Amino acid sequence: MLTKAEIWECLSQIPDPDIPVVSITDLGLVKEVTPSDTAEKVTVTVTPSYSGCPAMQLFKQEIIEALKSKGIKEVEVKTVYSPAWSSNMISEAGKEKMRKHGIAPPEALAKDSPVFFSETKRTVRCPWCNSTDTKHTSQFGSTPCKALWFCNSCNQPFEYFKCI
Amino acid sequence: MTTKEALYNFCLRLGDNNLILGQRLAEWCSNGPILEEDLAMTNMSLDNFGQAEYLYEYAAELEGKGNSADDLAFLRDEREYFNNLLVEQPNGDFAVTMMKEMLYSSFAVSLCEALSQSKDERLSGLAVRMTKEVKYHYRHSSEWLIRLGNGTDESRTRAQTALNELWMFTADLFTMNQTDKVLVKAGISVDMNDLLPVWRRSVEEVLKAAKFKVPQNCHMITGGIDGQHTEYLGHILCEMQYLQQAHPGAKW
Repeated sequence: MLTKAEIWECLSQIPDPDIPVVSITDLGLVKEVTPSDTAEKVTVTVTPSYSGCPAMQLFKQEIIEALKSKGIKEVEVKTVYSPAWSSNMISEAGKEKMRKHGIAPPEALAKDSPVFFSETKRTVRCPWCNSTDTKHTSQFGSTPCKALWFCNSCNQPFEYFKCI
Repeated sequence: MTTKEALYNFCLRLGDNNLILGQRLAEWCSNGPILEEDLAMTNMSLDNFGQAEYLYEYAAELEGKGNSADDLAFLRDEREYFNNLLVEQPNGDFAVTMMKEMLYSSFAVSLCEALSQSKDERLSGLAVRMTKEVKYHYRHSSEWLIRLGNGTDESRTRAQTALNELWMFTADLFTMNQTDKVLVKAGISVDMNDLLPVWRRSVEEVLKAAKFKVPQNCHMITGGIDGQHTEYLGHILCEMQYLQQAHPGAKW
């Protein structure tokens, strides 16, 4: 029988299918864990990051498999859409892991930023060399949640996790 | 019409708008003018498909006949689709696609922001989430139009032509039928007439920055929300639904 803390610990080992350096709990995709009274059944409530995130189906399956392998008989994964996921839900530990693996974590824009071409106003720190002399090269990277940036100091391209 | 039936129709309409626009954007896959735009258009398409899925799931629950989101997407005929005429228009060149995207996503932003206050909690929750994504689509397409409008004679002419050709489909976005009447009364949806000035402002902001002329005295075509479509929707559905219509229930 697993305690609630042990269930969370188990879920924190599941990598995000698209960004395996961070776990689904680092990203704040798991909202709630509810074991039944006998702890034979566990309900896990998750929220998708982007509507079009193709990884959603996969990590739901992984949650079921991970918990079943720990001896839980029945696992239900519920999806909630509200409150909407935001990049603020990423944990500090998650951001640090991203940085270590060459993904710049989200940086909020200044409040008075213009509606258009605001990406040129954003300061994103290069995850490789820490320089702020970087430029935006594409709105979308390898996944919907990341943009492509380039560091002028160390001449390296890097991915930036978008702030939404 | 009960509130539940109206909400079902409304979720289908919003879902259909997303599905058809997403399908159109996906046509650019591997045909984008540059790699980054290929990625951008297909990623926006994914957002549309995701949003369509949420809305169809909700519609299927409201309908209560055991249909799945997929059944609603793949087994309804043209006249049962309630999307606006704008989204089904052909992609044309890149300027047409971006113009269509900007005209639609600015509408989607104003609608989703308004629906965030809906008395229906599930719809308001979805609307908050969708607002974030459609704002991005609006910004992305607008930035391209501003570049095209301030670019070469060729890019300016093409984008202005796109605007002239698509403008006739914009009034359709704000049409209402019995569904809207029931939902406005229940505080679930909003009067589309209230969205028009909001939409107009955000569209004009882009058109002004891009130095385009807004078409005047344009004949407007409507009917999308009542299932009366232009010739293009049938062709989209033929391609999109082929497999499920020919082999119902096929899985892989």
